[in-house]
Amino acid sequence: MKIVVCAKQVPDTTEVKLDPKTNTLIRDGVPSIINPDDKAGIEAALQLKEKVGGTVTVVSMGPPQADAALREALAMGCDEAILVTDRAFGGADTWATSSTIAAALKKIDYDIIITGRQAIDGDTAQVGPQIAEHLGIPQVSYAEEIIDASEEKIVVKRQFEDRYHIIEVKTPCLITALAELATPRYMTVHGIFDAYREKEVKVWTLEELKDTVDMSNIGLKGSPTNVKQSFTKQAKGKGLYYKDLSAEEAVETIVAKLEERHII
Amino acid sequence: MSKDVYVLAEQRDGNIQKVSIELIGKATELAADLGQKVVAVLLGSGIKDKADVLIKHGADKVIVVDDPMLAEYVTEPYAKALYEVIKACDPEIVLYGATSIGRDLAPRVSARVHTGLTADCTKLDIGTIDAMPDTKLLLMTRPAFGGNIMATIVCKDHRPQMATVRPGVMKALPRDEARTGEVVDFKVDFTPADMNVTIKEIVKEDKKKVDITEAKVLVSGGRGIGSPEFFGELQKLADVLGGEVSSSRANVDAGWIEKDRQVGQTGKTVRPDLYVACGISGAIQHVAGMESSEYIVAINLNDTAPIFDVADLGIVGDVKAIVPKLTEAIAKRKAEKAAQ
Amino acid sequence: MDFTLSKEHLLFRQMVREFVENEIKPIMQEIDEEERFPREVWEKLGPAGLLGIQYPKKYGGQGGDYLAYVMAIEEISKYCASITSGIAAHSSLCCWPIYQFGTEEQKMRFLPELLSGKAWGAMGLTEPGAGSDAAMQQTKAYLDGDHYVVNGRKCFITNAGEAKYYTTVVMTDKSKGNKGMSILVIPADAPGFSIGKHEKKMGIRASATADLIFDNCIVPKENLIGKEGDGFKMIMQTLDIGRIGVGAVGLGIAEGAWEETLKYVGQRKQFGKTIGSFQNTQFEMADMKTRIDSAQLIIYRAACTKDAGLPFGLYACMGKYYGATIGSDVTRRCVQLFGGYGYMREYHVERMMRDAKIVEIYEGTSEVQKMVIAGHLKVGK
Repeated sequence: MKIVVCAKQVPDTTEVKLDPKTNTLIRDGVPSIINPDDKAGIEAALQLKEKVGGTVTVVSMGPPQADAALREALAMGCDEAILVTDRAFGGADTWATSSTIAAALKKIDYDIIITGRQAIDGDTAQVGPQIAEHLGIPQVSYAEEIIDASEEKIVVKRQFEDRYHIIEVKTPCLITALAELATPRYMTVHGIFDAYREKEVKVWTLEELKDTVDMSNIGLKGSPTNVKQSFTKQAKGKGLYYKDLSAEEAVETIVAKLEERHII
Repeated sequence: MSKDVYVLAEQRDGNIQKVSIELIGKATELAADLGQKVVAVLLGSGIKDKADVLIKHGADKVIVVDDPMLAEYVTEPYAKALYEVIKACDPEIVLYGATSIGRDLAPRVSARVHTGLTADCTKLDIGTIDAMPDTKLLLMTRPAFGGNIMATIVCKDHRPQMATVRPGVMKALPRDEARTGEVVDFKVDFTPADMNVTIKEIVKEDKKKVDITEAKVLVSGGRGIGSPEFFGELQKLADVLGGEVSSSRANVDAGWIEKDRQVGQTGKTVRPDLYVACGISGAIQHVAGMESSEYIVAINLNDTAPIFDVADLGIVGDVKAIVPKLTEAIAKRKAEKAAQ
Repeated sequence: MDFTLSKEHLLFRQMVREFVENEIKPIMQEIDEEERFPREVWEKLGPAGLLGIQYPKKYGGQGGDYLAYVMAIEEISKYCASITSGIAAHSSLCCWPIYQFGTEEQKMRFLPELLSGKAWGAMGLTEPGAGSDAAMQQTKAYLDGDHYVVNGRKCFITNAGEAKYYTTVVMTDKSKGNKGMSILVIPADAPGFSIGKHEKKMGIRASATADLIFDNCIVPKENLIGKEGDGFKMIMQTLDIGRIGVGAVGLGIAEGAWEETLKYVGQRKQFGKTIGSFQNTQFEMADMKTRIDSAQLIIYRAACTKDAGLPFGLYACMGKYYGATIGSDVTRRCVQLFGGYGYMREYHVERMMRDAKIVEIYEGTSEVQKMVIAGHLKVGK
């Protein structure tokens, strides 16, 4: 089975803080990580490979630094890594991003494509389904569990707010992974050394994609949406604040407030 | 010429979802600004009688695609139906709820129609941009970067302008029994090939009672609760307050509690009457999901935890010591009141 | 001279940090309190590759290097020196003599199981009457047909009772003194081998420490490592190697305590401002970090020198000595900066201060290290 995972390198947004004085983002020192849903997707792919056999190729679109995320995927056990990178791809919205990634995927064989549900920097959840549409293959998003898999078809538990579906889908297809789909394994030590010393990250620029990509669908110019402006939110004002209360005093204070507000 | 503000009316088992009613409410404002109409698109099987609900809540027109293929949500038949409607009617705007259906369907449709899509919007306005002063555009505002920034997005040249919108953010209009509107049947020629996946089983989960977005009181645990077992204590407190337990992302990532109880940028946006943050430091992405709560109580050992910046009542202390005592005290107080 | 870490070492460190975050941090306090050897963590160390980092893949190792090994010890020691004390005993003391002096058959018999973490290892050297003076070994072994018969007792053995293999120093010919020592790999299930009671310790309470008791213990003669009589030579080299890692235990504890303290002094307020804004705190933090960095440089140098195949003994010894010294020094000063809270078990610096002390004692006390350093430097010769 040829398994392809799409993964994005993202800033760890839980580490991002606002400068209280300037109300701007502090980006310095924020680590770059593999997007958590994508990492679950990588793990799911590796488990699929262990079960069904085959290869796992990880594809990432991003700046040259995204190489680090791909090495990490290799160190987890992926067989191949491809970095799709070119200045021409920059500034893309989800439509242009999915067009570019789809153009890359058209150049490789796949039975199943796994993407994370959404990335923590953009939180759109759009790129996976859009890739599936560009490739003309079925999608199953919000995948919580892969119940069964073979070369021909896979059976997936698809989550909704109030129910789940057990869906059977023929390959080739695309699924988007929830973090619950699989708990990522650790990189292995030998995997880490091999990732840098034995394996390679293939770099695909516009040149490599020229026969599958439509120039009008990539980068900033190929993006239907644009950011008009961005701004940071103001935190709500400070309320009552007590320090050095004993547990009993704290309880009394809370109960008094809740009564005052008729919550109890 | 594109016109009208369309809303995908999401139904499950024939029940129109709350978010769709909210979106119709918002769409009436947008349509008024544009001098256009509100059109709801209702997809399903045997659901035509539900069109009336949409009209009573503000839709001027409802386009109904009623077909057995649409009985249960499956991406391709729904995408095809909506695509056909968009192709035939050329809407100015299409809005979807940012639900597990809307967020599956909308990107698929956007890719097929070749138009932009903005995810998870929390604010929608009609306005202009400097480059196009004469064109009224949909200004779509959404949180990004883990809730650290808000971005306003426009879709200049492609139509329709499409957005998914967070449930609970827009205001629904009250039901108006006097309202009337047009209901139009729309026929889509499905082929068996359109059903490109097989649903082998549908399991409905009674998640109503754990829908944290509906709870009046939330007792929420962060990393500071120390162990998954402590959620048991939080549950006791929630029980005496008639609420639910929720969580910060860290505990969900650690597998201590289910994802659907997660509050925050990547979880749910909640606005209960009371939010008790226990051992939650208040990372911005968490605050993004709960800062609109009516009253926020925060208990944290770390006296500089950012949660105190949004708390109405901040207590520096150990949740493990305070929570059980608080549960006891509230239970006692309630018993006293009941006895009076 | 290049002081930057390679990308693979940076990624490796990231992986160890993730492991620590998920597997060790949540339990580090409780295992100290309960004095419990955390098997659940050990069972994950092997699959993650952390029990065979610096050994060739051929024997079930990871094909990494000593720099990676010391970085792992350092990172894990920031939070739990009990576990790293056990890792050092396993990786350096048990596995290395087998790897270095064993026959190909012995290596293939023992190492894949040990280096993959399917079995854990320990070393039996110290005896009630043979501590720093390792030559005073009393445990005897004699060959009887196809096996050795071992009698005697080892004490303070790290991983005792948890390990499957014990690389054990025995006297095969007492009359020859140092030249009568040999090394046997004794399996846990050898007839006549038992584990004594577990010691109650000041620190590293989540490491297993007990006596090894040999009462007419039968060990197959194929388990003799190297030649009879070469034991002392082999053990001295093993201790040289071991020092590279144990220095990093002290280093890691110091770093962990310093980082905890950095957070604390930025939060704790007295006299209306954070205690970190006081000059005493700033001087203390600056001085401690300078020492930590110095220790790190010596220890990394020892590891890199070993990786380059150059003589590393002096650096390993200085690294062990200085790592141990700053471990105790920094944790003691960190507790002081924490004040009363630092003395409480809720804050980790209390445990770190207790844990740090052992590094000045085990695998050669600081005094022994200084003797060896002076020897290397031919002081007085």
